[in-house]
Amino acid sequence: MAKESLKYRKKRLDRGIKARADTIFAVASYRDIFYLLMPRALPVVGLLILSFILEGYWGKVLVYACMYGLLALSWDFMASCGLFSLGQSLFFGIGAYLAGAMNHYLYLPPAITLPAATIAGGLICAALLSPVIRLKGVYFAMVTLMLPILLMKMIETTGVLGGTHGISSLSPFSNENLAAYLAVVGFLLCLFGFRRIINSDYGLVLVAIRDDDRAVMSGAINIYWRKTQALFVSGAVGAFAGALMTHHYQFLGMSVFALDYSILPVAAVALGGQGSFAGAALGSLILVPLSETLRALGGLRIAIYCGILIGSIIALPEGIFHYLARKYHQFERMVEGN
Amino acid sequence: MQAEPLLQVHNLRKRFGGVLATYDVSFDLRQGEFLGIIGPNGSGKTTLVNLITGFVKPNAGKVIYRGRDITGKMPYTIAELGIARTFQMVRLFYNLPAYKNLIIPLSSRRVKKLRGGKYGEKDDTAIDLLDDMGFERDSFVPYKMAGSLPHGYLKRLDLARALTLRPEILILDELFSGMSMSEVASTMPLIEKFHEEGLSIVMIEHRLKELFRVVDRVMVLNFGQKIAEGSPVEVMSNEEVKKAYLGVDIEIA
Repeated sequence: MAKESLKYRKKRLDRGIKARADTIFAVASYRDIFYLLMPRALPVVGLLILSFILEGYWGKVLVYACMYGLLALSWDFMASCGLFSLGQSLFFGIGAYLAGAMNHYLYLPPAITLPAATIAGGLICAALLSPVIRLKGVYFAMVTLMLPILLMKMIETTGVLGGTHGISSLSPFSNENLAAYLAVVGFLLCLFGFRRIINSDYGLVLVAIRDDDRAVMSGAINIYWRKTQALFVSGAVGAFAGALMTHHYQFLGMSVFALDYSILPVAAVALGGQGSFAGAALGSLILVPLSETLRALGGLRIAIYCGILIGSIIALPEGIFHYLARKYHQFERMVEGN
Repeated sequence: MQAEPLLQVHNLRKRFGGVLATYDVSFDLRQGEFLGIIGPNGSGKTTLVNLITGFVKPNAGKVIYRGRDITGKMPYTIAELGIARTFQMVRLFYNLPAYKNLIIPLSSRRVKKLRGGKYGEKDDTAIDLLDDMGFERDSFVPYKMAGSLPHGYLKRLDLARALTLRPEILILDELFSGMSMSEVASTMPLIEKFHEEGLSIVMIEHRLKELFRVVDRVMVLNFGQKIAEGSPVEVMSNEEVKKAYLGVDIEIA
């Protein structure tokens, strides 16, 4: 055929570093080692350094980003077994109220309230949501959306636990920077822990429940018990974030049940990409600082913020992380032909 | 004096809107028996399986397994008690390697109990089980994505998934549909082997020749009702069965 019809196209090749399974690698050189370690070490080193150097306002932003990151991770973990939630603020708020109440009424120090609120928060969240665990999709989401509002209104009308005024002057962390370290370390542990869990046999069963619950049931797996366990883990992570935030701000109020804590994690996952946890983490590390940077613009902030969010979801529906991972794992070169 | 049947089904009834999918079906399954269930399309065979295994709740009737009422129990409870099934439309995880599909039943409490807690790596056990099922361990087949396997392998993978539970009753819902003659010929000996080892099997099948060769007893359904029961020869000579289902005489090999 004529020469002018000759076209160039992109050819993509996977880097041949995986052998048989996803977890076995054929490492041949320092370059390969670097190639494998870099994406894992980058967030760890980066966040740890940031937690040391950032102070004041941007230090608070970092804690905030990790907080939302934990909520986004907790959302992604629930979603991995088919529980789509619109109420991460339930977990956040329960953790905050547990820690705040233990500190205010029982005078317990943060060293006790933080782990206690984490565990108890997970248990309470699992118990609260276990009756509706058989609901699927949007029906489950509706219940999770309503529960934090229900709790908020109960606190407002009965005036328990500080009522509308909240509880102030809670014990701060002993060290100014401790909150930042705890947030960063908790966030990283959660991120890598979740990635490990989901790649284990336990995680395989969770994902299988999301994909086809009837097939899992025929394998003699009690899917509702598994989902309850996932709820506990998610709840505990969300409660940890709430408890940390309460002590960090030394204030406890109904705002912990606000819609922000439910919607922003979902937005972060949508931006970063679902199912990998890294996407959720990346999404929140982008969204929270972005929202703070835009603060200078005043009223237009939310509009721009929404525009960026919509644009990124339309342009990259798979999520930023999955896009980056794909590019990182593939060679790309131009070859002749169609 | 005969021992109590392993599974007793009493007057099971299920209504879907205006359709009676299962209408007062009763039958027994004795220990070690091989029961065939046949019937034209839409006669309620799969619904009957779904009713026994808990995927569909009956409107009336009872399912008694080992003297215990299991009517309306959750599917995972029934599977844990030892009634495993395959699906007519295989339900597998196509984005997982074939052997990883067996991790799900291998994670169940029943398997943990039967294999005594420690049984090494689940992956190795899964590959062993698939090897028995004709997925040669030294080939790439067990490691391939389930979605890329041919239909015959998927059916056998579904069978392996059910057998992983080490069930006492195995219910096969049209295992051979869509399989080639040679695939059927290689799968049948596996099922016969498990039957000889004492597994009680209920087999729903349209391939009558293959079915009649192995079963002890056949039950015929039509419009949700049981119209005949007995040995293959008895059932085939039944006038009602001929009229309802076959239309023509079938030679029994």
